[in-house]
Amino acid sequence: MPRHSPLVLAAVALALLAAGCTSDKPAATTASQAPDAPASSAQAAGTGAQSKFFVQADYDAQLAMRSQAPQGPADKPWEQAIAPQMVSTADHKKEGPYEICFSNAAVNNPWRQVGWKTMQAEVALHKEIAEFTALDAEGKDDKQISDIAELQAKGCDALIISPNTTATLTPAVKGACAEVPVIVFDRGVETDCPVTFIKPIGGYAFGADAAEFLVQKVPAGGKILALRISPGVDVLETRWSAAKVAFDASDLEVVGVEFTDGDAAKSKSIVSDYIQRHGKIDGVWMDSGATSVAVAEAFEDAGLPVPPMTGEDQQDFLRKWKDDGLTAIAPTYPTYQWRTPIIAALKILKGEEVPKVWNLPQPKITQENLDTYLQPNMPPLHYALCGCESLPGFPENWGGKKE
Amino acid sequence: MRRALPILAVLAVLLAAIAIANPFFLEPAGFLAFVRRAAPLVILAAGQYFVIVSGEFDLSVGSLVTVEVVVAARLIDGNEGATWPVLALLIVIGLLVGLVNGVVTTILRVPSFITTLGMMLVLSGAVFLWTGGAPRGALSETFRVFGRETGWAVLVLAVMAVAAALIMRADFGRTLVATGDNERAAALSGVRVARARTLAFVLSGLAAAVAAILLGGFAGVSAQVGQGLEFQAITAVVLGGVVLGGGRGTVIAAMAGAFTLEALFTLLNLYGISGALEFTVQGVIIIAAVAAGALRLPFLTPQRVKGDAHAAS
Amino acid sequence: MTALPGHRAGLAAIADPTRVVFVALAVVILAGWGLVALDGGQFLTLENIVGVQQRSAALGIVAVGQTLAILAGSLDLSVAYLISLTSLVAAEIMAGQDAGIVPAVAAVAGVSVLVGLVNGLVITKLRVHAFIATLGVALIIKGVVDHLYDGPAGRVPESFQHLGYDRIGPVPVSAMLWAVVALIAWFLLSRTRYGYRVYAVGGDPEVARLSGVRTDRVVIVTHVLCSLCAGIAGLLLASRLGAGAPTVGTDGGYDLESIAAVVLGGTALAGGRGGVAGTVGGVLLLAVLDSVFNQLEVNSFFKDVVRGVVIVAAVAVYARRTGMLGRRRA
Repeated sequence: MPRHSPLVLAAVALALLAAGCTSDKPAATTASQAPDAPASSAQAAGTGAQSKFFVQADYDAQLAMRSQAPQGPADKPWEQAIAPQMVSTADHKKEGPYEICFSNAAVNNPWRQVGWKTMQAEVALHKEIAEFTALDAEGKDDKQISDIAELQAKGCDALIISPNTTATLTPAVKGACAEVPVIVFDRGVETDCPVTFIKPIGGYAFGADAAEFLVQKVPAGGKILALRISPGVDVLETRWSAAKVAFDASDLEVVGVEFTDGDAAKSKSIVSDYIQRHGKIDGVWMDSGATSVAVAEAFEDAGLPVPPMTGEDQQDFLRKWKDDGLTAIAPTYPTYQWRTPIIAALKILKGEEVPKVWNLPQPKITQENLDTYLQPNMPPLHYALCGCESLPGFPENWGGKKE
Repeated sequence: MRRALPILAVLAVLLAAIAIANPFFLEPAGFLAFVRRAAPLVILAAGQYFVIVSGEFDLSVGSLVTVEVVVAARLIDGNEGATWPVLALLIVIGLLVGLVNGVVTTILRVPSFITTLGMMLVLSGAVFLWTGGAPRGALSETFRVFGRETGWAVLVLAVMAVAAALIMRADFGRTLVATGDNERAAALSGVRVARARTLAFVLSGLAAAVAAILLGGFAGVSAQVGQGLEFQAITAVVLGGVVLGGGRGTVIAAMAGAFTLEALFTLLNLYGISGALEFTVQGVIIIAAVAAGALRLPFLTPQRVKGDAHAAS
Repeated sequence: MTALPGHRAGLAAIADPTRVVFVALAVVILAGWGLVALDGGQFLTLENIVGVQQRSAALGIVAVGQTLAILAGSLDLSVAYLISLTSLVAAEIMAGQDAGIVPAVAAVAGVSVLVGLVNGLVITKLRVHAFIATLGVALIIKGVVDHLYDGPAGRVPESFQHLGYDRIGPVPVSAMLWAVVALIAWFLLSRTRYGYRVYAVGGDPEVARLSGVRTDRVVIVTHVLCSLCAGIAGLLLASRLGAGAPTVGTDGGYDLESIAAVVLGGTALAGGRGGVAGTVGGVLLLAVLDSVFNQLEVNSFFKDVVRGVVIVAAVAVYARRTGMLGRRRA
């Protein structure tokens, strides 16, 4: 069948052409990365090149915010703001009852589960919210873009967005800003069109809190293993890049930076491998606490004491910490930030000022305040900083038992 | 047994390479730690082998593992006394899921790729519907012993491996291979094809339940515990020289394939291949291994090989 | 064998799978309309109709390619990673410039053809089962993408975003693109010798070979076309996202979901039977289900359960019908 020959030939030609084109790509990428990377190379410390997500000004601002006193009611950290720049919302003022819409990136991990339940409970507190419509994008950028379009068309009074990915959701958020007051929280977007962007202090503060603790507790020359979930997620990249700065300035040796995919078994295996290879590890830095317990167990199973390590405010880790007397710290990325967007939406619709960037306080759990956050009646994967204790339905709706 | 030789040779080379990079590997503790880590995948591969050799696929094992671990955590909820009844329940769930897969595939005649793909969606959806999206509860210490203590994990693996080998030596084993090799001929010679295949799925479900007990024991509750295991198990079986489409390959070779895959992961890790490129290496090796097997076969056995290339399930 | 002789007469009356899937689609639309109305909403609004098309266009394009692969007795598990790769290639080469669009599209086509060729050659020349071959290629692409990128990269110019966002009346441009792709595939399958050969090879490669079809060549061309479809979907998604994203293909689950849509549309997984029309129906069915669930704010876990059941049930229905034609699979 000679008829196919030209087709195949053309295909081969195209492929060759493509091979030529694609081979430029790696060069192009590294070229675009290079200028972003800060000059200070720290290969010697074992921490690798600085993340291309690192922005010095944001880093400085976040580290400063850690010691600034937040404004607002002290017993309601989700209503507090650090160094707020207030903006007027008079243009958005309207009479209730309100219809509030929410485009959620996903509910596919315990952090988002706790947050989502907290947000629903917050909605139930406000009678002026007549309707609350939420769509779950199931972790798909394309679905979230469609969801945002669909919600815009519904005639919501305010639209809350928790973006799945910063860069790729930006066009959709821009589109929505033109139609309705938009509130963004958790991950940000690359536009300042939302009325307010709500976030805890941020990843730099998280990463620095954890790293500074290790620098303080681990003797000089100690071997540090850094465990990260996955590369490329902005809120996680900032955590590591701040830790990198701290480690580079210290006399600790970072013997490895590994990705765990947030998988407990994988984390445990990685730690076991490092213990085998290096004889001992003197400290473990983690960019999230989901697998902290598995990491502690890896040391136990190897018959070694658990070295200073970091975690997060999940109950399983806090319990392990308390029971086994670990030397630990738990920076947090509080789930109470899921309450704030609802509060902000109502403020905006009532014409009250809100901060342009709403920086929520971001407490850290230390040996001193551990007992305040340890809640034996809550499930192991519950996040202590949900700010949900006073909400209706607590603790059952969060999977806890009544005490 | 002769069929298993090539993969055993590859495995030996990989193990030697690991030992060179990490001498601790030669000590009993180091080697047993490796065996323990490989155990869940080896058991899953044995289960997947039964299904593949009978000419089918089981894509549901990954989500079945997740379901088992999440169910165990919620039901045990840290209560030691609940351990044994829940362990029994997990086995029953595994058998039941396998039975449903088998019945839908053989009686309703849905291709197993689709049956088990559907099962994967149903299982992962149902379990998180039940727990409200994230795992709850906790496993007991007794439950965790099997995966955490190297001795127990190796013992469980040994029992499963011997059982799998014995099953394949029994009449049922020959029946299964005959079914996968030529369904019609097997049926004509009196094999109850549907029953043999259904049993293969049941065995795969059982293997997933046992693997889940080991994995949950090793690192505790996690929503991701089973992620991607179905593809790893199929890859392991195929690495062992078992032919997709059925009828050829041994269970020993399939399990050796799983050990090889695990050794490969360990080795790539030891030699510090960048996390991401590890996948590329893995992809190339899988294709190369299967291609080597397929290309050599015609010289060994003058059989129809051409057809296999296209025989989707 | 497991043929059920008792059902022959009655089953002959049932329409072919393509018709079944469109009947099912109509039923789901009606049921969805009813349920949403009961819930106090409106289902058949302009936004929803546009939304369903937007939601299904990318999957639809991939599924058309997957249909070709499956009809030829193969399948392609590498499409999801190829989509991620091509979205990045497109956005990187465009770099926000209009002038970059043509080279970007050409490069995407080139990359797609290359991947399709590799898939096809590995399957035919190295005789690796399609499942393993395309899984292996998928891993290779994943490794390369993850190594080079750790987040969205590149930028698509505003002009190219018209592809993803514009519409003419109730029909989005993306849906038109899908329609064009589907029509081309339909034409190839039903009006050309290539199509005839695809069915022949998928039906029985041995018989096809004996009757003079160069089966290898058909499989290779089919995989090239399948990869091209994934490349087009990658372009569409790049235009929707405004950038390339290393996880857009896998997050969307385009590999298994496209296979599910194809079999839902009545194409036999073993190859040789089915067609593009059914696949379009299958994709729309999934999208309408999604839209109904969205309207009713159904929990995504429940959604997975329903999807799993629907896919298996549909294939069981088709299997009962085709059972009378003989063996289920080789």
